[in-house]
Amino acid sequence: MVTKIGGEDAVVTPEGEPPPAAIELRGINKTFGTVRANNDVSMAVRAGAIHGIVGENGAGKSTLMSILYGFYSADSGVIRVGGKPVAIRSPNDAIAAGIGMVHQHFMLVDNFTVLENVMMGAESGPLLRESIQKARGALINLAEEYGLHVDPDAVIADLPVGALQRVEILKALYRDARILILDEPTGVLTPQEAVQLFRILSALKERGVTVILITHKLGEVMAITDSVSVMRRGQMVAERATAETSAEELAELMVGRKLKAGVSRQTKNVGDPALIVEGLSLRDRYGVARIDDIGFELRAGEILGIAGVSGNGQSELLEVLSGITPMTAGRIVVEGREVNVAKPARPDEMRALRLAHVPEDRQRRGMVTAFTARESSILGYQRDSAFNGPLFMDYAAIDGHCRDLMERFDVRPPLPDIVSSKMSGGNQQKLILAREIDRDPKVLLVGQPTRGVDIGAIEFIHQQLCDLRDRGCAILLVSVELDEILALSDRILVMFEGRIVGETPVEEADRSLLGLMMTNAHQGATSANTEPVA
Amino acid sequence: MEDAFIFAVLTLNATVRVATPLILCSMAGLFSERSGVIDISLEGKMLGAAFIAASVAAATGSPWLALAAGIATAVFLALLHGFACITHHGNQVVSGVALNILMSGLTVVLGIAWFHRGGQTPSLESSERFMPISLPLADVLADVPVLGTLYGRLISGHNLLVYVAFLAVPLAWWVLYRTRFGLRLRAVGENPKAVDTAGISVAWLRYRAVLICGLLTGIAGTYLSIANNAAFVRDMTAGQGYIALAALIFGKWRPWTAFGACLLFGLLNAVAIRLQGVPIPGIGEVPVVFIQALPYVLTVVLLAGFIGKAVAPKAIGEPYMKES
Repeated sequence: MVTKIGGEDAVVTPEGEPPPAAIELRGINKTFGTVRANNDVSMAVRAGAIHGIVGENGAGKSTLMSILYGFYSADSGVIRVGGKPVAIRSPNDAIAAGIGMVHQHFMLVDNFTVLENVMMGAESGPLLRESIQKARGALINLAEEYGLHVDPDAVIADLPVGALQRVEILKALYRDARILILDEPTGVLTPQEAVQLFRILSALKERGVTVILITHKLGEVMAITDSVSVMRRGQMVAERATAETSAEELAELMVGRKLKAGVSRQTKNVGDPALIVEGLSLRDRYGVARIDDIGFELRAGEILGIAGVSGNGQSELLEVLSGITPMTAGRIVVEGREVNVAKPARPDEMRALRLAHVPEDRQRRGMVTAFTARESSILGYQRDSAFNGPLFMDYAAIDGHCRDLMERFDVRPPLPDIVSSKMSGGNQQKLILAREIDRDPKVLLVGQPTRGVDIGAIEFIHQQLCDLRDRGCAILLVSVELDEILALSDRILVMFEGRIVGETPVEEADRSLLGLMMTNAHQGATSANTEPVA
Repeated sequence: MEDAFIFAVLTLNATVRVATPLILCSMAGLFSERSGVIDISLEGKMLGAAFIAASVAAATGSPWLALAAGIATAVFLALLHGFACITHHGNQVVSGVALNILMSGLTVVLGIAWFHRGGQTPSLESSERFMPISLPLADVLADVPVLGTLYGRLISGHNLLVYVAFLAVPLAWWVLYRTRFGLRLRAVGENPKAVDTAGISVAWLRYRAVLICGLLTGIAGTYLSIANNAAFVRDMTAGQGYIALAALIFGKWRPWTAFGACLLFGLLNAVAIRLQGVPIPGIGEVPVVFIQALPYVLTVVLLAGFIGKAVAPKAIGEPYMKES
């Protein structure tokens, strides 16, 4: 079963005709309620190619892939695999047709071993003993062939994300997948892990596996795909050979309009420290240091970027600085007020010191999704006299305030009555950003400002942050997107396991060195053996 | 010394009899809950099965027909639970509580309508029940000191359903950890989406789990009314379904540890029964109600403080819907 992947079973075709596409979609339609998620989508991918599908959130990529993998069935349209029409009504049909999928959120059982996860659903008999032996042998072969090394007996919960992704690929290959679909595969990876993934994808391609890569990172598309399709608002708007297009063209096709070239950056005008952090530590209830003796100064008029792989203390840092979690050691000075273990400050006190916070998890910390936009637009400032009458809240004033914010920050739809959860991620984020920026903060803490946000909104949010910096605000930017850190920051700190392991001005920043720092592999390693991703 | 030994053996013998329905229900709950379906209705299913089994035994005189009818009843109720929770994504606790209330009332109503004895079923003859069976060599070994007593009075001399319960434990372990079905069952309780994307039907897996749950609670109910007793009495399960559920949690959703918890509860009950009316040195005779409450008090104490964190199957209680 494993050796078949070699590709000797090429499709026989009459002389002169091109071989049929590995996978071909014709006229796929899918409607959810009144939303046309896929509108007459057609696409063909050559066998053995790496094909990218790009598009903004909500463009219909995920729906299309769910149809291909049998999660939804299309309202109409034809799917052909290797030239033959197939009916894909369930993941089982997709697997039988040789389609494998690596989901953005891994589909693994946490307390199972790698081996158990790989063989589940593809066992060789009703008893496990035989299946385990067979899967173990196959895993060893696959590891050799594609460089997919994972300990078969490791428990999933103990493995890093890069390894989990390899397990997902192994699952697909173990089921004889000839077409592998990857949904946003690099979102959770470090640059080094991403490079390793691309090596694996190249190895798959060499052995005749067709790879479909769904992503919003155009750099990746340009670097490793052979061809690319662009989706916008449920439609396939363009198909290009990667060699004949550019990241700029693809971005415009995705958004449907011209984008400005980067964010404008005025000359630096860095002022006095607005936020001083010294010896800051946070231990959790098990005594583990989540933040370990961190110190830095954040100056007015600069954006200080905090880079790092998710889960290395950045989230905790934001929570401590904003007053949500009390620190266990150290001190913070903001606006001349000292905050320490003996004199903690609650979030509302921090806000009163004009320290604003745009949280990482906008749906849990940034707003109450069940509230209307109007209510979300004053959260944290609901006691402000501007929003309150003598007894009741002044809804007319709140309404006016919300409309004003929506207009200035291009929040769509501009309806204060809309329930927050009905707004897209980008518009939710714009509303939160508007709420905080409107208070004219001295210090702004921003976590993952563009996670799950459309390209058009990303551009807008970045511009807002830069304008705010130029007006003299001190901004602390936490992001797991290195591109974002590099595009916005004046200075970059790298966090690893709760500590700051590196600092660099942006002019001297080097992608691969930052990537190594993020995994704390920079000591002793040279940056020459890894190449920039984009 | 001799007396103390006999006392201990008799207490353990009582433990086995008390623990049998707990073990069957715990294993039943194990299958259901490891698949992600909370089953608070062990109690109701057992009660329903006990009533129907006693009724069928009284009507036909056949314990085997009674067993089949008891199992069929519990399986039907399990399917009802499955239909509400798996097919229609209903709340599993609500569905379970509804079944319990339904059975508590329906058994009495039907009992009065059919037999006119205030909810009780007619007393059964020995031939209509599962009676104690002597294992081979019990007579021969009876005179061997210690070993003979242990074999003859503790291991031998129970009814068939007791042996079924004790065999259910290794069988449950084997199914769960050594078969394809078990692997998938454990997976669906942890991450149903992973199971779905692996091309396996989440609903069918969970239905099979609740079917097994019905089968085992059916045996447990039948045991209560026509093996351990000779008639159905209203509310005769007396919370044992909940105790079995507690044992399952106490045993961290694993077959052998849950089995151990059932034996512990059984032992506490057996000791409580034996202590009734016996003066305790230094305290005197303890009122019966306190003794009867002891197993439950200890259950609460043990559950609250002594087992550490019991990690439930991750997807337990969550209906699986593709879109979410």
